[in-house]
Amino acid sequence: MAGKVNRIGLENITYKGSKTTLCAGCGHNAISERIIDAFFEMGVDPEQVVKLSGIGCSSKSPAYFLGTSHGFNAVHGRMPSVGTGAMLANKKLIAIGISGDGDTGAIGIGQFVHLMRRNIPIIYIIEDNGCYGLTKGQFSPTADLGSKLKTGVINDLPPIDTCALAIELGATFVARSFSGDKKQLLAILKAALAHRGTVMLDVISPCVTFNDHEGSTKSYSYVKDHDDPLEEVSFVPFFEDISVDYAPGSTQEVTMHDGSKLLLKKLEAAYDPTDKIAALKRLHETARRGEFATGIIYIEPDREDFLEQLNIIDAPLATLPLEQVRPSREALNEIMDGLR
Amino acid sequence: MSPTDLAVQQQQNSAGKQRVVNDFSIQVATVNGSGSQTANLVLLRSLLLMGIPASGKNMFPSNIAGLPTWYTIRASKRGYIARKKEVDFLVAMNPETAKEDVLTLDAGAAVVYDEPLKLSSLRDDLVFYPVPFDKLVAPVCPDAKLRRLVRNMIYDGILAKLLGIDLALMEKALNKQLGKKAKAVALNSGALKAGWDYAEANLTKQDPYALQPMNETAGKILIEGNAAAAIGCMMAGVTVVAWYPITPSSSLCESLIGYMKKYRMDKTTGKATFAIVQAEDEIASLGMVIGASWAGARSMTATAGPGISLMSEFTGLAYYAETPAVIFDVQRVGPSTGLPTRTAQGDLLSTAFLSHGDTKHLMLFPASVEESYEMAMEAFDLAEQFQTPVFVMMDLDLGMNNWMSNGFKYPEKPINRGKLLTASKLKELGQWGRYKDVDGDGIPYRTIPGDGMPSYFTRGSGHNAKAQYSERPDDYVDNLDRLARKFETARKFVPKPEVDTVSGAKSGIIAYGTTHWAITESRDQLREETDVKTSYYRLRGYPFNESLAAFIDAHERVYVVEQNRDAQLRQLMKLELSPERCAKLRSILHYSGLPIDARSVTEDLLAQEGFEVAKKEVRVVEAGLSGMTGGE
Repeated sequence: MAGKVNRIGLENITYKGSKTTLCAGCGHNAISERIIDAFFEMGVDPEQVVKLSGIGCSSKSPAYFLGTSHGFNAVHGRMPSVGTGAMLANKKLIAIGISGDGDTGAIGIGQFVHLMRRNIPIIYIIEDNGCYGLTKGQFSPTADLGSKLKTGVINDLPPIDTCALAIELGATFVARSFSGDKKQLLAILKAALAHRGTVMLDVISPCVTFNDHEGSTKSYSYVKDHDDPLEEVSFVPFFEDISVDYAPGSTQEVTMHDGSKLLLKKLEAAYDPTDKIAALKRLHETARRGEFATGIIYIEPDREDFLEQLNIIDAPLATLPLEQVRPSREALNEIMDGLR
Repeated sequence: MSPTDLAVQQQQNSAGKQRVVNDFSIQVATVNGSGSQTANLVLLRSLLLMGIPASGKNMFPSNIAGLPTWYTIRASKRGYIARKKEVDFLVAMNPETAKEDVLTLDAGAAVVYDEPLKLSSLRDDLVFYPVPFDKLVAPVCPDAKLRRLVRNMIYDGILAKLLGIDLALMEKALNKQLGKKAKAVALNSGALKAGWDYAEANLTKQDPYALQPMNETAGKILIEGNAAAAIGCMMAGVTVVAWYPITPSSSLCESLIGYMKKYRMDKTTGKATFAIVQAEDEIASLGMVIGASWAGARSMTATAGPGISLMSEFTGLAYYAETPAVIFDVQRVGPSTGLPTRTAQGDLLSTAFLSHGDTKHLMLFPASVEESYEMAMEAFDLAEQFQTPVFVMMDLDLGMNNWMSNGFKYPEKPINRGKLLTASKLKELGQWGRYKDVDGDGIPYRTIPGDGMPSYFTRGSGHNAKAQYSERPDDYVDNLDRLARKFETARKFVPKPEVDTVSGAKSGIIAYGTTHWAITESRDQLREETDVKTSYYRLRGYPFNESLAAFIDAHERVYVVEQNRDAQLRQLMKLELSPERCAKLRSILHYSGLPIDARSVTEDLLAQEGFEVAKKEVRVVEAGLSGMTGGE
C-alpha cells in the first residue's frame, strides 16, 4: 500500500537513512526522526540536499536520515567551512549541518563564529549533550557550572551559551529545543527550511550513556524539569492555504522570506523574538535560574544572505559552461598589452 | 629569454677603465614606506624600454614603514635574470644602513648618496656622487608633505644622466607606472628633471657603468609571478576562491580579485561568475575549497608555509575522500614565522607528505612567470583529473618580484573536468561505486550534488569502494593501494622535466623553481671560465617520472641545487632511487633568504669537483642585514 505522499510526490520513507548505530535512547536519534518529518512535510527534494557534519556522535547522524542525499562527514569542528564552500559552488543546494557541543563549542568555535557572521544559508544544528560521547564522557564547553560527570568530577568552568553567542555574532535565526519535544522541534525545523541565511538551532539531546545521571544538568529528567518554552511555535508553509485564528495580541506572526508564516503563541506577554537585546537578556535570566529557554529565541527574516551579498550569478557556479568561466582571447590580449 | 651576445662592444673611457655596458647591478637602499618602489619600477621600466634585458628584486622588511629596504636592478645583455651578488652601483638613501652598504661594496663600485650622509670619506676605492636631495626636492614639490614621496624620483634623474638613459624615455616609463594620476606624474616628472639637471651641472662621470639601447625586449611584459598565476587561475575557469592574507601569497588573490571583477562578470546580468571569500584562517580557506570542489566548483586557495602547516588535516581529508583542490604555496623562509619577506624552497618535504597517515601529493614547480600562468591552469586540470589536492610550489622571489617575460598564450585546450559520472557512463558501467577503480588507473568516477546522478556519503573515515563506512582490513588495504596506483598514474601527467643533456658532460645538475635562473647563468660560467660541461635536468612536477633515473645514470655526479638547508628534493629523490643512484647525488644548498645567485652555485660546484676556488668573501647585502634587526 502506497503511503501518504508530499507535495513533490515522495513518501516519508524516501527521507529515511540507514539504521542508526548510536545508543538506544540517544536524543540524536529523535532529532534525526524530526529532520526526516520536516523535510518530508516541507516537500524538499532530497537530490538538492547536502548533509554535512564534523566529528563525534552527533556528526555520525547524517547517515541516518535522507539516505538519497549527498553527505559529507568532514573533520572535527570544521564543517562550517566545508558547508560554506558547497553553498558557494551551488546556491541551489539546501544544506543541513549536524554538529555537537564539542565539535562546535571547543575545536570548532572559530568556524562557528564566522559561519554566524556570514549568514550563509545552512541549517546548523548542535546536538547538545554537554559531553564528548564518542571518547567516553569528558565534559564539553556547554556543560553547566557544577554539573557532575558519571565519575563524580564536577565541572568548574562556565558554559558557552551557543544561542547567546550566535545572537551576539549576528545570526539571523537562533532557536533552542529539546530532543524530547517533538512538536516544538518539528515546527522549528520546518521554519528553518523557510529561512534566508544561517539557522542556528541548539537542541538539548541527552547522552543516555555518559550524561543522564543525577547531578547532570543535561539529563532527560533535568531538562524536562527545567525547560522554559518562550512561546508555542507553529509553522504554516507558503504552499499551504491555511488560515489560523488567534485572539489579538495572543500570538506573534513572523513572515518568513519565502512567504511562510511562523506563528508564536505567547506564553509570556512581553517576549518579542525580533528584539535582539531582549533575547539576550532573556537567555541570561533563564540561565541564571538554571533553566533552558526554548523556542525561537531570535529571528531576523529578511537580512540578505552571504550569497546575495557576493552577487553570485543565479546558475550554480559548479556547472557554468566554459564560455562563461574563461575570458576571451581579446581579454587576455588586453591584459598582456597593459603589462607591456 | 635566451642569453644573447650583442654588438655592444666594451670600450675604453677616458680614464682608462674598461667600460661596463649593460652588464651590472644597481642597488637602491631606502626606507620602506617612502615611495621608493615607484622610482625603482620607473628605473626598471626604463631599462626595458631601452631594449635591455633587466630584472628587479625587492628585499624588504616585514614591516609597513620605517625599516630598511633594498631594491636591486640588474641589467644583463646576456639576459641573465637571477640575482647578482655584487652591487656595482649603489644609491644610498637610508642613513641607517648607508655606512654598512658602502663598506660592503667591491672596489670600483659607484655610489650616489644623499650629501649630508658624508659617505665619501669612508672609502678611497669607490666613485662617489653626492647629491643634496632635500635642496633639490623643495623647489619641485611645494607641498612639504609630499616631498618624502617625490624625493626618490630625483635619483632616477641622476641615474639617467650618469648611466645614459634618455630622459624622455624615462618619462614614458613614469607615465606607464603612474598611469592616469596626472598630478603625481607632473610632480615626479619635475623631480626627474631636477635630478638630471643637477647631475648635468655638478657631477662628472667617473665610473665605468653605462647603458646602451639594445633590441631584446620587444613585446615583453613585466609582471609578478603572483599576478601571472592569478591570470592563469582566471583562464582556468576558477569559480570559488577562499584565502587568508599571508605574505608572500596575498597579492595572488588580490590580483585575482581585480582581474575577476573586470573579466568575469556575466554580461547579461552583471553578476559574478565566481565567489571569492576572505576566510577566517587557512584552515577554513582549505575547508571552503574542499566543500566547493566536492560540490563541483573549480576551487583554489593561496598561502605560504605557515598556512600549509595549518592545512595539514584538511589536506589529508581531500587526499583520502578524493576531492580536488588547488593550493598555491608561495614559499617564504621558515620554520615558524621565519623571515616572512624572504624567499626559500623549504616546504617541499612537508608538502609532499602533508597530513597524517600514508599521504602523498602532486606538486608543480613553476620557474618563471610564464610557467606560473600555465601551471595554474594545469593544476586545475590535474586536481580534477586525479580528484586530489595539487600544490603549486612558487616562492617569494617568483611571486612578488617583477619579471620580464613573453606575453602569455591563450589556452587552446578546453578544461579537463576529469571523471564526472554521466547518464551514459552509468549505463555502460551498470553499477557505480564512488571509489571503484573501473579503468585500472586508480581514478574512480565521481558525482556532484544536484547533478541527478547517484549520491554517496563522503567521509574521512574508512570506506569501501561504494563509499560505505568500513573498518574491514581488506577494504582499507584495497583503498590505500588504489590511491597509490592513482599516484603512479600521475607520474605520466604532471609537467615533464626539461632536460638538456650535453655530450661529454660528466656532471649533471638538477634544480627546480626559481633556482633555474641561477643555474642557467652558472652553467655558462662553468663552461666559459673553467671548461666544465654540465647537463641539466629541470624538474617541473612531482611525482617524478622515469627520466630522473635515466638522467642520473647518464652522469658520474649529479648536483641537486635547491634553496633550503636540508636538501629536501634530494631527500625526496632518495626515497625512490636505488642506492647506486643515491650515491651519485651531491647537494648545493642556499638558504640565506635571498634568491640564489649563479656565482655561489659555480663556486660550490667547482669546489666539489676538486677545483681550487678562491671563494670571495661574502660581504654584500648579506652582511648589510644588521640594519634589519630590531623591527618586528
